[in-house]
Amino acid sequence: MLGDFDFDVIQRSWVYLFTTGMAFTIKLTLLAMVGGIFFGTILAILRLSRIRVVSVAAATYVNLIRSIPLVLVIFWFYFLVPYVGAWLIGAQQPIKVGAFMSSLITFTLFEAAYYCEIMRAGIQSVPRGQVAAAEALGMTSTQAMMNVVLPQAFRNMVPVLLTQTIILFQDVSLVYVLSIPDFVGAATKVAQRDGRIVEMYLFVAVVYFLMSYGLSLLVKRQARRMSVAA
Amino acid sequence: MIELKNVGKWYGEFKVLSDCSSRIEKGEVVVICGPSGSGKSTLIKTINGLEPFQEGQIVVDGISVGDRATNLPKLRSRIGMVFQNFELFPHMSVERNICIAQEKVLKRRPDEARERGLKYLERVGLIAHKDKFPGQLSGGQQQRVAIARALSMDPVAMLFDEPTSALDPEMINEVLDVMVDLAQEGMTMVVVTHEMGFAQKVADRVIFMDKGCIIEDCTKAEFFTTQRSERAQSFLSKIIR
Repeated sequence: MLGDFDFDVIQRSWVYLFTTGMAFTIKLTLLAMVGGIFFGTILAILRLSRIRVVSVAAATYVNLIRSIPLVLVIFWFYFLVPYVGAWLIGAQQPIKVGAFMSSLITFTLFEAAYYCEIMRAGIQSVPRGQVAAAEALGMTSTQAMMNVVLPQAFRNMVPVLLTQTIILFQDVSLVYVLSIPDFVGAATKVAQRDGRIVEMYLFVAVVYFLMSYGLSLLVKRQARRMSVAA
Repeated sequence: MIELKNVGKWYGEFKVLSDCSSRIEKGEVVVICGPSGSGKSTLIKTINGLEPFQEGQIVVDGISVGDRATNLPKLRSRIGMVFQNFELFPHMSVERNICIAQEKVLKRRPDEARERGLKYLERVGLIAHKDKFPGQLSGGQQQRVAIARALSMDPVAMLFDEPTSALDPEMINEVLDVMVDLAQEGMTMVVVTHEMGFAQKVADRVIFMDKGCIIEDCTKAEFFTTQRSERAQSFLSKIIR
């Protein structure tokens, strides 16, 4: 059976797969990670707020997003964002957002919910006494958060944040539903053109495995080194 | 300098402080002692507003701590506090620990903050460790850094919350020595401690607390010779060997 396989298709297409497909996947992963951690941290601070309305609103958002399949959210945002954007700026026509911006916004908002829970755990891992010490020195609660709590929370959570980013890296493949040529999308195009679907998806799986597993080994090593340092 | 008037505090149904009154004058060194759970740490933390209180009034340097209109961060920046567990910031070098609040709170220029910080670090004998991180220092060294950090803010008074309770015995004296120096220079100090040797050496007054109440508030001489309360006597007999 393997004799029927034609792996030449990979040799013919790998430059396109990586320079177009993987480049897009990595770009979207990194941008969504930065945006997701940024908004996730804000969400985490809101969730821990003593003002009930604020914490309940943030918790509702997080729980809602975490209970919906990502594919659905991708669809929704793709079709909704142009209308919401038009409504926000008061335009008559739905604004043009483009598949990349649309998926970036989707992933940022979606991942923010997951990064939020990680940062919340991170913030709670910083001892109360640290805040007391910062406040005793005259820092406002915002200054204490920015200078004392968040840097430690972030540092404690680096391994978990990176693990979540590896999941994000895999989840980015779901943009294929918007016919965007990410790594999987690009491979699908080639596979359908050349009629080599099985070979192509095998190759894609191997690449994802090598990259994800390699990264997770790096994270593990980093985590071990940090636990020794601390 | 510091005035407490009938201070009372509740944790839900439980009253941790009741009717605590005292006055601490400028330059005075006051030691607060008492059995664990007597409210001494809570009381000292009400002085800079780290612990809110429900009854009574605390006035520090003319400013009412419990008043909603009071700018607490500003007030706290003028009162140094040293904690039982040091609470240095573990992600910053010793030098950053000492400079950060000077820069962020007092808005001092970095070079100015550094100069002043290093002066105090020199004073506690740790200038050689300025680039280390707190995790690389012993407990006694960390506590001395914490004292230097508080002093570099030019406080009008210093609060010490059991500063030697988390230290190994051989490190207690290096911290107490710094505190004795400070007391002899005329710093206003409120010290929660079980170190009666320190109290005998430099305290002007001793406050003895039990069950959230101030039982004794008298001069050092009176406290160590003629304690009036049975509870203070039994407490002292247990900790002085």
